[in-house]
Amino acid sequence: MAGVQVSNLSRSFGAHKALDDVSIDFADGGFYALLGPSGSGKTTLLRQIAGFDFPDSGRIAIGGESVERVPVEKRRIGMVFQNYALFPNMSVADNVAFGLSVRGEAKAIIASEVQRALDLVQLGKLGGRRPHQLSGGQRQRVALARAIVTKPRVLLLDEPLGALDKALRVDMQIELKRIQREIGITTIFVTHDQEEALTMSDRIGILRDGRLVQEGPPEEIYDRPKSEFAATFLGDANILRGDTTGTGIRLVDGTAIAAGAGATLAAGAKASCAVRPERIRIATDSGTSDPNANVLRGQISKRIFAGNNSTYFVERDGQTLKVIVQNTGIERLAEGQEVVLRWSPESTVLIAAN
Amino acid sequence: MAGQVASGSRSGLRSALPLLLPAYLWLTVAIFLPLSAMVFFSFMTELPLSGKAWAFTLENYTTFFSQGLYWTLLLASLRLGLEVTLWCVFIGYPAAYVLAKVLKGRSREAIFLLVILPFWSNGLVRIFSWAMVLREGGILDTALNAVLPFKINIDLMYSYPAVIIGLVHSYVPYMVLTCYLTLQAIDDSLIEAGRSLGASRLQMLRWVIIPLSMPGLVAGAALIFVPVVGSFMEPRILGGRTGTFYGTVIEDQFVAVFNWPLGAALSFILLAVVLVILALASPVLRRAA
Ligand SMILES: Nc1ncnc2c1ncn2[C@@H]1O[C@H](COP(=O)(O)OP(=O)(O)O)[C@@H](O)[C@H]1O
Ligand SMILES: [Mg+2]
Repeated sequence: MAGVQVSNLSRSFGAHKALDDVSIDFADGGFYALLGPSGSGKTTLLRQIAGFDFPDSGRIAIGGESVERVPVEKRRIGMVFQNYALFPNMSVADNVAFGLSVRGEAKAIIASEVQRALDLVQLGKLGGRRPHQLSGGQRQRVALARAIVTKPRVLLLDEPLGALDKALRVDMQIELKRIQREIGITTIFVTHDQEEALTMSDRIGILRDGRLVQEGPPEEIYDRPKSEFAATFLGDANILRGDTTGTGIRLVDGTAIAAGAGATLAAGAKASCAVRPERIRIATDSGTSDPNANVLRGQISKRIFAGNNSTYFVERDGQTLKVIVQNTGIERLAEGQEVVLRWSPESTVLIAAN
Repeated sequence: MAGQVASGSRSGLRSALPLLLPAYLWLTVAIFLPLSAMVFFSFMTELPLSGKAWAFTLENYTTFFSQGLYWTLLLASLRLGLEVTLWCVFIGYPAAYVLAKVLKGRSREAIFLLVILPFWSNGLVRIFSWAMVLREGGILDTALNAVLPFKINIDLMYSYPAVIIGLVHSYVPYMVLTCYLTLQAIDDSLIEAGRSLGASRLQMLRWVIIPLSMPGLVAGAALIFVPVVGSFMEPRILGGRTGTFYGTVIEDQFVAVFNWPLGAALSFILLAVVLVILALASPVLRRAA
């Protein structure tokens, strides 16, 4: 097993920069999610690491060994594809055995390793089946078993759960995480599903237009987004725009918003503040519980009840703010009601305008 | 629900009937009627068209077994079919692979056109062009002597290799097309998955690509083997005196000797033999595919 270092990696297709100076350190044994909208370069980055495609410039090291020019079959990586890519002409066991057979391992070793891998993904009894006789989730498990049975240095997964339905996807997320922990393999996981990235990974890298926008543990990116894009792509965020005062911003109507976190900016520049919907408290009265709190007034335009919580859409000066309130059974507000929104500066992140 | 589906498919059939009708009419007129006539002829002593008296007989069929020559020629033709089919595999499959998996866009279209060009040229023109290339003092001879420092004599005309070359050239597009279709259907991610597992290109070919393209290879082989076993044009023109095969003998019966009944009987024996071979081979091929 080994960590992966990607430094200043660039790859262009014609005039289009699919990867633009990307540097990431994937820690040994870690679970890393690459998150980004479609076309942001996630697959391209994964293919450079795998060795299916080669960068125009930059370095890739696996376990400290430079591999930019090493072809995929020599990189000792395991790859799981979105469409499973199982060999339809082989049984499940032969699929899993493939990587060991082409290496020329002894038959007895192959048989026991294959059985162990199939047991690990809980398909121990299905070795004799053909891929087309399996469900989507089972195929994905076979693909995973096939990728890890060769004991690769890195496991690469390109939207492996994208083709599964929601319930199965959650099962597979847990399963994948369990297996990854069990064998302790460095894992790079591509997804466009922010929830998946948040729940599964130790670290997340957000890509946009071939650039690494932000990188870090899920909590850090969620609590301290460095750009409007990161704030809105990973989770929900209300974005308020104005001129910075150094410790916050002043909205066009003069209201001051204090920010307890984020960038340090010179006063006067354009900036925005991001605040998560669940950090905002909503009330009908103007009672002052916290004198430092940021306060905005508005009118509820819509309420969506989702059982354990409710989402309120509050209109304010031409902008709609989103507020999520846990269902405590105490207070229910109606559409059309005038409300006061309050949240602490600590929940407010100052972001430089982009 | 089931009733709905059934009535749906029934009305589908009814609406499809006018579209199917021309095809069935064509099959009846162009294939079934002449074939029945030929079956009929093959049991006659004389061609009824010539006005002579005729009777039913099995002699046309027994002739095949009583004269070793026909058997020998049939074996030669089967061998010819096998050899041409193998050459078509060796030439057509790599070409199909390059077309389906290596070339992209414009260059693929251009090469594709070149491959199927023989399809669009007249068979006789094609064969006589080969005659010009292969004979002594022909294009191949002249060209080789122009570039090689020593003198060589190339005269492939009227030889077995000439027949093979002509037939392979005529039939290789079938192999390219059928293999191209199956290779095209193999997802590139399968090849990438194999490579990520450490397989060399050769190992991928052996364990994944060839097994998955078996249906195309089998279809191409059947499309080539059957007509080549009965071929007569290429053997006659390019083979000269060495070009006597089962097909040329059948042709003789129809166009030279005017013994249509014997020609018809020999044709049906060939058909039977080919069908038996395909039937025997099909379980093996199905397993491979
Ligand atoms: N082989 C290629 N040829 C041309 N353009 C490509 C190729 N691969 C990817 N691209 C382009 O690079 C960009 C990033 O693609 P990709 O890495 O697949 O995005 P993602 O996986 O994040 O959806 C896209 O704009 C895509 O069109
Ligand atoms: Mg992708």
